Amino acid sequence: MALRWTRILGAGAAVVAVGVAAAWFLTKPAPLPEDSWAGLGEPDLARGETLFWVGGCAGCHAAKGATGDAVKVMSGGLPLTSPFGTFHVPNISSDPNAGIGAWTLAEFGNAMLRGVGKGGEHLYPSFPYTSYARMSPEDVNNLFGYMKTLPASSNVAPPHELGFPYNIRATLGGWKFLFFNSEPWVDLASADEKLQRGQFLVEGPGHCGECHTPRNALGGLEAGQWLAGGPNPEGEGRIPNITPGSRSVGSWSEGDLVNYFQTGFTPDYDSVGGSMVEVQKNLSHLSQGDLEAIAAYLKAVPERQ
Amino acid sequence: MRLKSTVVIGAVLGCLSFSSAFAQEEPQSARQAQMKVVGQSMKELGAIAKGEKPYDGAAVKAALEGVSTSMKAFPDQFPAGTETGMETEAAPAIWEKTDDFRAKSDKLAAEADTLLASVPADQAGVGAAMKALGATCGDCHETYRLKR
Ligand code: HEC
Ligand code: HEC
Ligand code: HEC
Repeated sequence: MALRWTRILGAGAAVVAVGVAAAWFLTKPAPLPEDSWAGLGEPDLARGETLFWVGGCAGCHAAKGATGDAVKVMSGGLPLTSPFGTFHVPNISSDPNAGIGAWTLAEFGNAMLRGVGKGGEHLYPSFPYTSYARMSPEDVNNLFGYMKTLPASSNVAPPHELGFPYNIRATLGGWKFLFFNSEPWVDLASADEKLQRGQFLVEGPGHCGECHTPRNALGGLEAGQWLAGGPNPEGEGRIPNITPGSRSVGSWSEGDLVNYFQTGFTPDYDSVGGSMVEVQKNLSHLSQGDLEAIAAYLKAVPERQ
Repeated sequence: MRLKSTVVIGAVLGCLSFSSAFAQEEPQSARQAQMKVVGQSMKELGAIAKGEKPYDGAAVKAALEGVSTSMKAFPDQFPAGTETGMETEAAPAIWEKTDDFRAKSDKLAAEADTLLASVPADQAGVGAAMKALGATCGDCHETYRLKR
């Protein structure tokens, strides 16, 4: 009898050990292979700047309320409130000590595409690498090149204030295992070059789905409701549906959408509001062609009510 | 054309003063009507700025007056108890940061008054006016208006 129990317990322990090892293996931080970053050449700064604006880095990493040239100072410090606690956005300016001025391309790239920090730790998805992961190493090289041209700031942001267990970065591994991938969100069968560009901008750096797609109980995006809108996760109000089935933008032309991104005015001369104000300001830096690509993509995604 | 735009704005303004003559009107609908005038006025100016309509001094003046009059009355339409109801999109922040909200409202009224002091005289001038007025809209809607 005693023997039997020992065997069962032993087997159980072995299973648990294998399970833990497998879980660790599946959920540990997974940087890209080192050679992903080799031979990328000189960055294209103009392309990098486009990624900076569509990526909305300034919206989170600049000081609160920054205007004019100050929006290019990535000093960090903005508090982001969430149901898990408060995140304090870090300094990613070109300062070698307080910012990321001393980071290698691989370190920056693993943060952007894999959600892995400089020390090999998991990063919180409040930093939308879950979308940025759809960029390529070339894109990251261009963006990194541009970020280096921005001013340095010595500001140090306070540590995040998160409750247990969210304050343990290792727990993010499970979340990433479930919800983090770099697959396209929609399948656009006959996508021409313009649509493909729109898909890249919206699903990748633009991270539009992070706000415009509803989330499940664990905080993952609901694939079947891509861009369908829903309650605002940051507080009161709703985020609008921006698929062709939307009660508002469904009837807008592609030109109306481009005009909204450029000026903040809807076709009825209502004005952009809420967190979209910041996004619209950033989008107004994009070329007409890129904004047309975004509009074309929004007209091509599956209709949701 | 000129007559029509002037008449439209005039009519909307007329309704506004007409409705405020009836004290029973809910502040929620009063403020929504004021914002509708602001939107309609911007539409007039936008059409001229984009060259969809020919420049028309009287229409420009009427539109600017629409903005000015509405914005002067607007911040008084938020008494306690009107935080919800009538499908209002007013954000709770209005009652938390009343002074800042009023300042943003006054800013738009002041921009309109400055422009009224020397009414833009051509299409390019109207374009510049659109920019000056337009910058204030998102600045307020960002914090004080909530789509529900
Ligand atoms: C929605 C807000 C948000 C946006 C937009 C955003 N970030 Fe961040 N970022 C964060 C937060 C929050 C963190 C901290 C994550 C953590 O501690 O795990 C972070 C972390 C980072 C880090 C790691 C810094 C470190 O010290 O570990 C880098 C690099 C970074 N962001 C770059 C960018 C770039 C480049 C962009 C634009 C393409 C961008 N971020 C856009 C919120 C944002
Ligand atoms: C930080 C959250 C956030 C992000 C990121 C975001 N949006 Fe929005 N968006 C909003 C909110 C909130 C509104 C409602 C604006 C309002 O109240 O006027 C909105 C409104 C819109 C509208 C107008 C819808 C309407 O019914 O008036 C369009 C179009 C739009 N967004 C497109 C985009 C695109 C394209 C992107 C990506 C490049 C994007 N958004 C990224 C939050 C966001
Ligand atoms: C001082 C703040 C403030 C400013 C400045 C402002 N708005 Fe508004 N706006 C609001 C609020 C608050 C609402 C929601 C009112 C409600 O539903 O009770 C609103 C609603 C609207 C509406 C919807 C009206 C309806 O119910 O149909 C339009 C259109 C609009 N605004 C256009 C504009 C335009 C265009 C500008 C700039 C020229 C502007 N607003 C400037 C605060 C402002």
